Amino acid sequence: MAAMLEMIGGNGWALLGAALAAILAGCGSAYGVGVAGQAACGVVTEDPGKFVQVLVLQLLPGTQGIYGLLIAFVALSRYGLLGGGGMELTVAQGLMVLAACLPIGIVGLISARHQGKTAVAAIGIVAKKPDQFGKAMIFPAMVETYAILALLISILALPTI
Amino acid sequence: MAVLQMQRISICAMKKNRKAILERLQELGAMEIDIQLPDDSGYKKMDITNSKATFEKQAQTADRALEVLHEYAPEKTGMLASLAGKPLVDHDLFDKAAKNHDNYLETAHRIVTLDKQIAEQKANIQKLQNQIESLAPWMGLTVPVSFTGTRKTACLIGTMAGAQSLESLYGLLAKHAPEADALDIQVIFTDKDYTYLAVVCLKKDAQIVEEALRAGGFAKPAQTVNKVPTQWQKELQSEADEASRQIETLEKEIADYAGSRQDLRMVSDYCRIRAEKYEILGKLPQTKNTFALSGYVPAYRADQVVREFSEKYDAVVETEQMKEDEAPPVLLKNNGFSESVEGVLASFGLPGKGEIDPTFFTSIFYVFLFGLMLSDAAYGLIVSLACGILLVKCPRMATNLRKSIKLFFWCGISTMFWGVMFGGYFGDVVDVVSETFFGHKVSIPALWFVPLNDPMKLLLFSMLFGVIHLFTGLALKGYMCIRDGRYLDFVCDCVLWFLLLGGLIGMLLPSELFAGIAGQQIYFPEALKAVVKWMAIIGAVGIVLMSGRENKNFGVRIALGAYDLYGMTSWLSDVLSYSRLLALGLATGVIASVVNQMGSMAGKGVVGVIVFILVFLVGHTLNIGINLLGAYVHTCRLQYVEFFGKFYEGGGKAFEPFMLKTKYVDIKEEN
Repeated sequence: MAAMLEMIGGNGWALLGAALAAILAGCGSAYGVGVAGQAACGVVTEDPGKFVQVLVLQLLPGTQGIYGLLIAFVALSRYGLLGGGGMELTVAQGLMVLAACLPIGIVGLISARHQGKTAVAAIGIVAKKPDQFGKAMIFPAMVETYAILALLISILALPTI
Repeated sequence: MAVLQMQRISICAMKKNRKAILERLQELGAMEIDIQLPDDSGYKKMDITNSKATFEKQAQTADRALEVLHEYAPEKTGMLASLAGKPLVDHDLFDKAAKNHDNYLETAHRIVTLDKQIAEQKANIQKLQNQIESLAPWMGLTVPVSFTGTRKTACLIGTMAGAQSLESLYGLLAKHAPEADALDIQVIFTDKDYTYLAVVCLKKDAQIVEEALRAGGFAKPAQTVNKVPTQWQKELQSEADEASRQIETLEKEIADYAGSRQDLRMVSDYCRIRAEKYEILGKLPQTKNTFALSGYVPAYRADQVVREFSEKYDAVVETEQMKEDEAPPVLLKNNGFSESVEGVLASFGLPGKGEIDPTFFTSIFYVFLFGLMLSDAAYGLIVSLACGILLVKCPRMATNLRKSIKLFFWCGISTMFWGVMFGGYFGDVVDVVSETFFGHKVSIPALWFVPLNDPMKLLLFSMLFGVIHLFTGLALKGYMCIRDGRYLDFVCDCVLWFLLLGGLIGMLLPSELFAGIAGQQIYFPEALKAVVKWMAIIGAVGIVLMSGRENKNFGVRIALGAYDLYGMTSWLSDVLSYSRLLALGLATGVIASVVNQMGSMAGKGVVGVIVFILVFLVGHTLNIGINLLGAYVHTCRLQYVEFFGKFYEGGGKAFEPFMLKTKYVDIKEEN
């Protein structure tokens, strides 16, 4: 076990963490924006005038991917993994970076999926009652709260070395 | 910062003044008509369905004509045209349109008819094209398709399925009609589905030859015309050309009407206004010689309305007291800064009966929190500049749009402020550019601190801002209780909570837990510690005892109180919710620096600069877009859920006065 950890090395674990943050959160957002986009297309076929409103709702589940990118980038740049000339992390440090990246990765994945589904429902509101756009926007934003909390923990947990 | 006081005004007048009174009311736009009569009141009401429908239809015709005009003679408009709002039109000019409205409608009908004719001609051309196409395989035929033969010979013209060769055709005839001699087969055209052929034989053999051919799948063409195909095609083509020419003439005729666009707009609006007036007319209770109406007028205009109608139109005008259970429509009045957030408030819900207008407080917190979330001086400048230019360039923008743009203008200013505080100018563009292209790093220091270097500090401040925001909400609830004389509610629902929460925060601050998070120990004197402890205890006990005070049963009352005390957890989650201020603020900054870093990867030199500029433009545009959206959505959420959750329910109905509702032009008021 220890040998395996050692084999991958501190930098490897840190890189894995950064990659997971970007991959998981990105996948979640891709799904969320995807399903919301399908619903948005349906509304625009009927009423092209609602384009901007449904576009806004479609974009809401897209933020998790950005948060994932953000954490990945902070991790990469803080430990000099970007562009070489970086530091040599110990296995323990590498694993800490990996652990710090996990919240936004996992929560990002799941919250973006659910936010996507909520956005689909919200687009349904806009289709039937366009004047309720303000309220429709709030429901998907509720889901996002948890992605933000995870982002916060990831930022705070990325160790300063 | 107020919900305008409304007054109910009732007018009773002679029928002969009805038209003048309604027109003046519509022009004033000060009254929302609200007539509540029981069905069996015995007053007559006019049936206006027909007149209203006529005017609505006329307005639609004019609209349709304008659409057609736009299609054939597009108006040259600037980029900002969609924001510019409705142009102002002189009263006289509009009156002229009203007088000539039959003429103008004639024009509208003419344009719509021309459009219909164009559509017909286009369909005609399509039909001709189809015919020409179906004729194409027969072009090699030198006789009409319907040609049946000469005196002695018969000619069979038709198609056979599949591509057939000449040999197989002769073979087919030899097999099925061996007695027929003197045959001549001509294959005119072959494609993969059909063979087009003409068979000439002696008249006596005609029948058996045809039967033989039919056995091989021969069929005569469905439509036959007694003309040689080449000639026929030419005729069809010239017919289609003629139709195209006609379309051109029609289009030109439509385009010639471009000058009457303005007239059409005015007549459309005129019809719309008339339809609206008929709608109201249909609601009025009337007797043989009189009619009455009633509705809400904002109190500050009530005097004017009362005086004008009783003096000029011989009407009896009464102001009435609002009844207890009456919920008048809501019209807000705020200062120039705060009114910009009215749209945000309206999409949550206008103040319900007895509620205060929270616009003023909402506006301050909205702008403050929005800036904190976006927090980049350059982005703020861009947003403010864009909105500022729009506001100056389009002075006649629709009111609601104008308010929204104004809101973003102020939010931009606040963003600039926070950007300077946190040292964000396109993220870290100054550092990156100076280091990549000039070799030595220059940075603009943050006025306060850089959040990425000290996120805990900003987290604590975010929560502090959150506590202030939430306490403001609670204080507003207290204010409403006092204003309505509900002193017990004020003490139980407001003061006790302040005691409890204030006490808890006071106990938390000097604790080691807080020191661990903040990295700084706060020391309270013993006396203060005791005070905050007792504040919390009094608050908690008070809430348990008093929250369920409406319930007679003491056990249930305590249980409800304990449950209410449990509501403390919602306060905790509300405060934690403000951590999004930090997260979104960091997101803007970090993504901006990702963009800058990506741009600088191509290194120095001309290519490097070009790459940098491209990446910079695309990346920052994207970042502004996504973070504006994020800041907008999450600031709304903090207002709607956290802030309004403490004191505000909404549910009021907007004031919709009987007025000149126009689509294209605004009519200048007569003085």
